[in-house]
Amino acid sequence: MSKGKFGIHGGQFVPETLMNAVNELEEAYNKYKNDPEFVAELDKLMREYAGRPSLLYYAEKMTNDLGGAKIYLKREDLNHTGAHKINNCLGQCLLAKKMGKKRVIAETGAGQHGVATATVAALLGLECEIFMGKEDTIRQALNVYRMKLLGAKVHAVETGTMTLKDAVNECMREWTNRVEDTLYVLGSVMGPHPFPTIVRDFQSVIGKEIRQQLMEKEGRLPDTVIACVGGGSNAMGAFYDFINDESVELIGCEAAGLGVDNPKNAATIANGTLGIFHGMKSYFCQNEYGQIAPVYSISAGLDYPGIGPEHANLSDTGRAKYVPVTDEEAVQAFEYLSRTEGVIPAIESSHALAHCMKIAPQMSKDKIIVVNLSGRGDKDVAAIARYRGEDIYE
Amino acid sequence: MNDIKKAFENGKAFIPFVTAGDPDLETTEKLLIAMSENGADIIEIGIPFSDPVAEGVVIQEADLRALASGTTTDKIFDMVKRIRPQVKCALAVMTYMNPIFVYGTDKFMAKCKECGISAVIVPDTPFEEKAELAPDCDENGIELISLIAPTSHDRIKTIAKEAQGFVYCVSSLGVTGVRSEITTDIKEMISLVKSVNDIPCAVGFGISTPEQAKKMSESADGVIVGSAIVKLVAEYGRDSVEPVCEYVKSMKDAIR
Repeated sequence: MSKGKFGIHGGQFVPETLMNAVNELEEAYNKYKNDPEFVAELDKLMREYAGRPSLLYYAEKMTNDLGGAKIYLKREDLNHTGAHKINNCLGQCLLAKKMGKKRVIAETGAGQHGVATATVAALLGLECEIFMGKEDTIRQALNVYRMKLLGAKVHAVETGTMTLKDAVNECMREWTNRVEDTLYVLGSVMGPHPFPTIVRDFQSVIGKEIRQQLMEKEGRLPDTVIACVGGGSNAMGAFYDFINDESVELIGCEAAGLGVDNPKNAATIANGTLGIFHGMKSYFCQNEYGQIAPVYSISAGLDYPGIGPEHANLSDTGRAKYVPVTDEEAVQAFEYLSRTEGVIPAIESSHALAHCMKIAPQMSKDKIIVVNLSGRGDKDVAAIARYRGEDIYE
Repeated sequence: MNDIKKAFENGKAFIPFVTAGDPDLETTEKLLIAMSENGADIIEIGIPFSDPVAEGVVIQEADLRALASGTTTDKIFDMVKRIRPQVKCALAVMTYMNPIFVYGTDKFMAKCKECGISAVIVPDTPFEEKAELAPDCDENGIELISLIAPTSHDRIKTIAKEAQGFVYCVSSLGVTGVRSEITTDIKEMISLVKSVNDIPCAVGFGISTPEQAKKMSESADGVIVGSAIVKLVAEYGRDSVEPVCEYVKSMKDAIR
C-alpha cells in the first residue's frame, strides 16, 4: 500500500535499497514525536540554541508606505544560522542521534539548509556531508566556506544542471551507497514519505507562533499568510496551523525567474504538470516525455523543478493559492525592505514580500497580512549587486 | 511459454543493458540485433531519463548523451517495433517512473505489447507503489519485474511472493556501476526468494568481468550487465557493435 498521500500526491517512489531506511525513519519518528523526553529536548534546543520564538514584527513604515493592510513579518531570519531551516535540522538531527546514526547527509540549494545541517551536526557530534550543485557553490561561495568551517565536507555536484535537483539526486545516490549508519536530512517538505510529513511537523512551529503572537498583539487571526515556495518548507510551516481556519488566506509565491512565459523560470504550479520524481507524485516542470526541465531562478533556494506533495494538494483543493513572482520583482522587494525597514531579506523571502507589496495597497487598513521572512539576505548581497551591474567580491 | 520464461531455458541467462539512443538510435538498433545473435537471452533497453537516481555516472552520462541526440520514448518504440523480427531474444524496458507516468502508463504498456517487449523494470517504484504500474502491465501482458536489494531483509519474501518474470537481485549497495568486488550474500537472498516462489533470479549491479559473471551464476539463474557495456558504447560510439558483441559472447560463454 502506498503511504504518505496528500490527495493524489506523495508516496514513496524510491529504489528498493532505500525502502527499509524510509520505513525505519517513519517508525522512529512515530516513536519519538510524542515522546516527552524527545519533545523537551527539542524544545530546549529550539529556545536556547536557535533562539525561538522568532519575533513577529509589525512593519509600520512599510504598512504606512503601502497604505493598505497592516503588515507583520515573521522574523525567521533572526534564528541562529539566519533562516527557518534550523527548525527542521534540529528535529531531524536529534532524531538521527536517537536512531543511533553516526552520519548525516543533506542537499542544499542556497546553502542555508546545508549550513543549518552542518551547524546542528557540529553541535550534536554527527559526521556531516553536504551535496550542493556546482552552479550554487559559485553563487553562494560564502555558505560553502561556512559549512567547511563547521566541519562538514561539501561535495560540488557536477551532474545535470548542477543545481538543487542534482544535489537531491546525488544525496539519494549517496544514501543508497551508505544507508546503515547514515540519515538523509532532507531540507524541504518533499521527497518520499515520511519526509514531507516530518519536515512539515518540525517547521509547523512557525505557524503556531504566528497564531499565538498575533493573538497577543491584535487579538485575532491574520487575513492572509504569504510565504515563498521552492520545495515549500517555510510555507508549509507557516500555513499548516491555519489550514482549518478557512478565513485565513494562504498564498505561496513561486519563482518565475524571467517570467512565466519565458523558459527561464521555476514556477511549478503555474507551469508544471503531474509527475512522479524524487520519491513523490506531485507537480513538476517537465516536457511531454517526462524529462525534468532545467529550471531557473535568481534564488538558488527556489531553483527547483518540483513542489512538495502537500502543497500540490493544497493547490488542487484551492485551500492555498500559488502565484508567480519574477526575479526583478523579488530584487525590487529585496531593496525596498532594506531601505524601508532596515531589514535585508533573503532573495527567497523577497518573492513573498514582492507579492505582499502588490496586494497590501488593495486591501483595507483593518486587514492583516503576515509575511514569512524565511531568511536573512546577507548571503545574497553580492549576487544582487551583480544583478544591478556592480561587480563586487564577496 | 512466454518470452521471459524461455530466456531462462538456455542455460544461465545473460542479460545485457543498453541505453537507447546512445550515441544514436541507429547504433542501438544494430546493437540489439547483434547482441541477440551473440548470446543475449534478454536485452534490457534503457529509456533515457534526465535524472536517473539509481544510476552511477556511466549510465547517467549515457542518458544525457541519448537525450541530447534527440531520443524520445516514441522514437525508441518506433525503432523497436520496426526491428523486432530481427531480434532473436526477449526484450525488457528499463526506465524510471516519470517517463512512463507522463507518457500515460496505459499507453506505455500498450506500446510495449505492440513492440514485442515482454517486461518492464522500474527501479524507483518499489513494492508499495506497484499499483501505479501493475494494472496496466496485467492488461497488456507485460511482466513487472521486482527488485530486491542487500537491505531488503524481511521484505524479500513479501516481494518474491508477487514477483513476475524474474526477480532482479541488486548485488550491492549504491548505484549501478562497475565494482571490483561483490560482498553481498547473493545465495542467501536467492534462497529466500525460492522458498516462496519458483521464479528465476538474475543478479545485477557491479558485474563486469566473465569471472564475476561465472561466480554469480553459481547461485543465480542469470546475470545482468549494464555499465560495462555502456562504457564500451561510450568509448567506441558508432563503432561499438563489434566490441560489444565480443564482450557479450565472452560473458555468455563464461556462464553457459
